[in-house]
Amino acid sequence: MTSPPAETAPPDARVPLLEARGIVKRYGRVQALNGADFNVYPNEVVALIGDNGAGKSTFTKVLSGVIRPDSGEILVGGQPVSMSGPLDARKFGIETVYQDLALAPDLDAAANLYLGRELYLIPWLRVLNGREMRRRSVTAFAALGVHLPDLSTPVGMLSGGQRQSVAVARAVAFASKVIFMDEPTAALGVVQRERVLNTIRKVRDQGISVVLISHNMPEVLSVADRVEVLRLGRRVASYRASETSIEELVGAMTGALDTRDDAA
Amino acid sequence: MTAQQETPPVIPDERPAPTTARRVVGRLITAQASWTFAALLIMMIYFTAAAPGKFLTASDLSLISQGAGPFLVMAVGQTFVIITAGIDLSVGFVLVLSGVVADDFYLHHGATNAGLGVIWLGVLIGLATGAGYGALQGFMVAKMKIPPLIATLAGLGGAEGISYLITGGSDFPNVPNKLVSSIGQGSAFGVQWLIIISFLTVLLFGLILAYTRFGRYTYAIGSNPEAATRAGIRVDWHLIKVYALSGLMAGLAGIMNLAYFGTTTISGHPLDNLTVITAVVLGGASLFGGSGSMTGTLIGTFIPLMLATGLIIVKVNQYWQYILTGAVLAAAVYADQFRRRLRERV
Repeated sequence: MTSPPAETAPPDARVPLLEARGIVKRYGRVQALNGADFNVYPNEVVALIGDNGAGKSTFTKVLSGVIRPDSGEILVGGQPVSMSGPLDARKFGIETVYQDLALAPDLDAAANLYLGRELYLIPWLRVLNGREMRRRSVTAFAALGVHLPDLSTPVGMLSGGQRQSVAVARAVAFASKVIFMDEPTAALGVVQRERVLNTIRKVRDQGISVVLISHNMPEVLSVADRVEVLRLGRRVASYRASETSIEELVGAMTGALDTRDDAA
Repeated sequence: MTAQQETPPVIPDERPAPTTARRVVGRLITAQASWTFAALLIMMIYFTAAAPGKFLTASDLSLISQGAGPFLVMAVGQTFVIITAGIDLSVGFVLVLSGVVADDFYLHHGATNAGLGVIWLGVLIGLATGAGYGALQGFMVAKMKIPPLIATLAGLGGAEGISYLITGGSDFPNVPNKLVSSIGQGSAFGVQWLIIISFLTVLLFGLILAYTRFGRYTYAIGSNPEAATRAGIRVDWHLIKVYALSGLMAGLAGIMNLAYFGTTTISGHPLDNLTVITAVVLGGASLFGGSGSMTGTLIGTFIPLMLATGLIIVKVNQYWQYILTGAVLAAAVYADQFRRRLRERV
């Protein structure tokens, strides 16, 4: 069922941090993922690209534990795991920055950063330690070079770039292995876009791998170390970013390069 | 869309962090609750001026607070519900149901002469009735995905029906004397028990709302349920708990009501939901969820009640109260819509 992908990059001998094998996911009659494979290696930015409907968002949700695949295997550090929710993915050190950011607009930045992972002053009474959460949030934001004028402002009142920073800081603060970023620059201006790309590089240099889901080819080539291409629910190609071109990526995305696959 | 503010990449914070005091003051000034408080003061001044020596006498204040007791308690539960972007229309009817079930128990266990053990058991039965009924409505909202408006409207009808079935349509009297003389009419340290119970309830759940995980999750779910789910919060469970809390509070109000009046008052609470929802909304809670506070609710509760007492004192037909409360509710929600639209435009 899984045909070998057009592997143009030399096979990597390292053990992937996160690996997906033959992921299948159907929604009724729609085959969203059709035996998709994916690898994330340590210390890399890998872009996951594909045309609309290629299965990117479904794949991201499977890999971050939000939805369960119908079949296929997910391995973390070489060990097969089963993820039954985003909490499981978190336990493995995998965090996701969703395209809609998944922030609670009425809560402040610190409350959002620690949402679902609150620190307690009196644990058995579940009394929150607001001061400590605020203090550590400041540190987390500073580590990304983010400055929020007032930490007690509800995030709904912040600018788009600042909200983005809160969501990214949350992922960075808790991830130990992989961060998924779903179209992180789609809603941003030029300057903020560059800042997010810098953040991605900074995160990688801290030793956390980043999976970038993006439509923007120049952006992908500028920040990614590797590019994996998804088409019709399957990985059709994997390239080193330094050895490929926009034309080649577009070709792989649209199927111009793998007529062999269509004939099968 | 306007140009977005760019954050300078500055790590050291040159601006002084707002102190706790400044934050508190800032919140007080911006909160709708402060406007409501101003309105409350204006009403007090007006009624005092209109009826000198009658309004705001000591006995009058304690009467207002005593009457406010059940409303305050129900408003506590309603605050949590509204912060989750829900609504509980059933409160007055669950109040009656809980009182009826408790009193039905008393009728079969000594009636007016019931001892303390029986009284406490009846209180627990009343509270459990409210909490259980609320949890059922929460189940409809969270698991069956019935909109809160409909789930609690259906629940309202059910509670009313059960109350009439049990009582046969006429009030149960025979509330234990000791319940009436203690909780209902008694006082401790010179303060009526009804006032003590309601204010302690407000304080306790105000602290829970502001300082615990339960409160934090309540805000998060009302603010963005999808984000809450992805953060690992069991949204459905939390909603069931919140509606159960609202039911529990209605149950407590039912016991207070039973003790105060010495009867089940089955037809006496058709508009409690109007009063309570208005109180919470005036207190700054948004029907869109995510915001609200117990301090606000505390202030908001006294508006309709002050209005009722004031109207009686200045000899205006007291039924104007409901018309005015309805108008105030509509105005408060309109103001909230307006604010939200302004915020979205920024």
